[in-house]
Amino acid sequence: MTEKITLSKADRQKVWWRSQFLQGSWNYERMQNLGWAYALIPAIKKLYTKKEDQAAALERHLEFFNTHPYVAAPIIGVTLALEEEKANGTEIEDAAIQGVKIGMMGPLAGIGDPVFWFTVRPILGALGASLASTGNIVGPLLFFFGWNIIRMAFLWYTQEFGYRAGSEITKDMSGGILKDITKGASILGMFILAVLVERWVSINFTIDLPGKQLSEGAYIVFPEGQVTGPELKGILGDALGGMSLDQIQAQTLQGQLNSLIPGLMGLLLTFLCMWLLKKKVSPITIIIALFIVGIAARFFGIM
Amino acid sequence: MSDISIISAVLVVVVAFFAGLEGILDQFQFHQPIVACTLIGLVTGNLAAGVMLGGALQMIALGWANIGAAVAPDAALASVAAAIIFIKGGDFSNVGINVATAAAIPLAVAGLFLTMIVRTVSVALVHTADNAAKEGNIAAVERAHLFALVLQGLRIAVPAAMLLAIPASAVQGVLEKMPDWLSGGMAVGGGMVVAVGYAMVINMMATREVWPFFALGFVFAAVTDFTLIGLGTIGVAIAFIYLNLSKQGGNGGGTASGSGDPIGDILEDY
Repeated sequence: MTEKITLSKADRQKVWWRSQFLQGSWNYERMQNLGWAYALIPAIKKLYTKKEDQAAALERHLEFFNTHPYVAAPIIGVTLALEEEKANGTEIEDAAIQGVKIGMMGPLAGIGDPVFWFTVRPILGALGASLASTGNIVGPLLFFFGWNIIRMAFLWYTQEFGYRAGSEITKDMSGGILKDITKGASILGMFILAVLVERWVSINFTIDLPGKQLSEGAYIVFPEGQVTGPELKGILGDALGGMSLDQIQAQTLQGQLNSLIPGLMGLLLTFLCMWLLKKKVSPITIIIALFIVGIAARFFGIM
Repeated sequence: MSDISIISAVLVVVVAFFAGLEGILDQFQFHQPIVACTLIGLVTGNLAAGVMLGGALQMIALGWANIGAAVAPDAALASVAAAIIFIKGGDFSNVGINVATAAAIPLAVAGLFLTMIVRTVSVALVHTADNAAKEGNIAAVERAHLFALVLQGLRIAVPAAMLLAIPASAVQGVLEKMPDWLSGGMAVGGGMVVAVGYAMVINMMATREVWPFFALGFVFAAVTDFTLIGLGTIGVAIAFIYLNLSKQGGNGGGTASGSGDPIGDILEDY
């Protein structure tokens, strides 16, 4: 050991760029294993010059691996630190490296899913979609750039964090910050999901209910024949005061439901979907069934 | 409006290829409807229409995410196919959007089967990579990985090319013959299927601790006219307030997350 081999910033950036292709060869046998090895190749080339060492490193990193594709970044960082030490002669068993990978991927996946898939993407997606549905190009641009800036920054900084912290990261991970982020994301996510359910799940019944006979004084009595100025003033005042123009108030089923709280049926439908999903009904089946229900309801004039 | 020119068609296939790559990578999000439909609208010269379709389809696909064993419908093929049908149909009204969206759903299922096939083929590619690794042949390992990735791109590009080959007049003919109750019914269904994606996400996140925030969100959305940004700000504020208060409350936050919170439990065990 004459000189310590270290990974330069450029090497780490190469790994960072390649880590975006982690899932490219996702397979049913060892899942992200080949993508993982692919990401580490620039580091392996730099750290090991002998062909046998390179082969050993590749084989070591072709073991099973699977986690959320973004939180793989801190694990890559830690692995880079470990490989660097190993290349410089420190005794690190292959099993130890694999152990760190497996040990980190489970808990970290538990953070990646709620934060990225259930909070950031639905919020950015809903924001972009509500702008886009009026044909506003800002919608897609906001979604695309917002998402990718957040994502690429997250990948780079957590990989660097993992690289600097090395195996020490396991101590930080049990600390409060990650737990707070996960919980905060869940709270925000649930809040926003409820907003989206209320605003975007649309169920409109087109059924008319029998009209309601209004009591005297709740509707405007129009005088016969010519209407004088003062009379008109009185009528307009009554109308602005909220009195009904007709003696019988038309009632729709939807109006009645809305007077409870708008969006109630959408909420109930969401609960039904949740229940069906818990009963292991596939989402595709539910989606197709809902289209069939929609067509049938339209055919019979219910919705 | 009418048939798509050769140059546009080639560009649509390129967009489809990227959507296919992203369908598995899940990084740049080219497979999300709001991006894919916009790009297809752009290369066929119907940008505004593409943006609108993307927005509508994004609402449905909002909660589609592959988590563990739960497999979500394939957003990549759904967005690309819906956009091609939409552009070829030439009806850029709300009816056209709803019909294209409804037609996309069966294709989202087809896309699932295609990705399953590619993921199985990838097993063989991984074994090739194993052998190459034993010999220290780095280039061959990289080739195996990239080949699997290209297959994922073709998974969407090939069906897109096939859809493009159908003449626009045929697509329009089918769409015009569609009776009102069918297209109207698809619109009704389209309003409802949004719930499925939300239900998937809620099932993953819901714990006894966070349900009250769902109730708050629902009522805020129902009784106010606040925009999404306004409501999002309220949500962020509530999350911060809760986190800080539960820390100040001493034993409040520490133990409350014990039983009902699976993520907390994982971290605790770790």
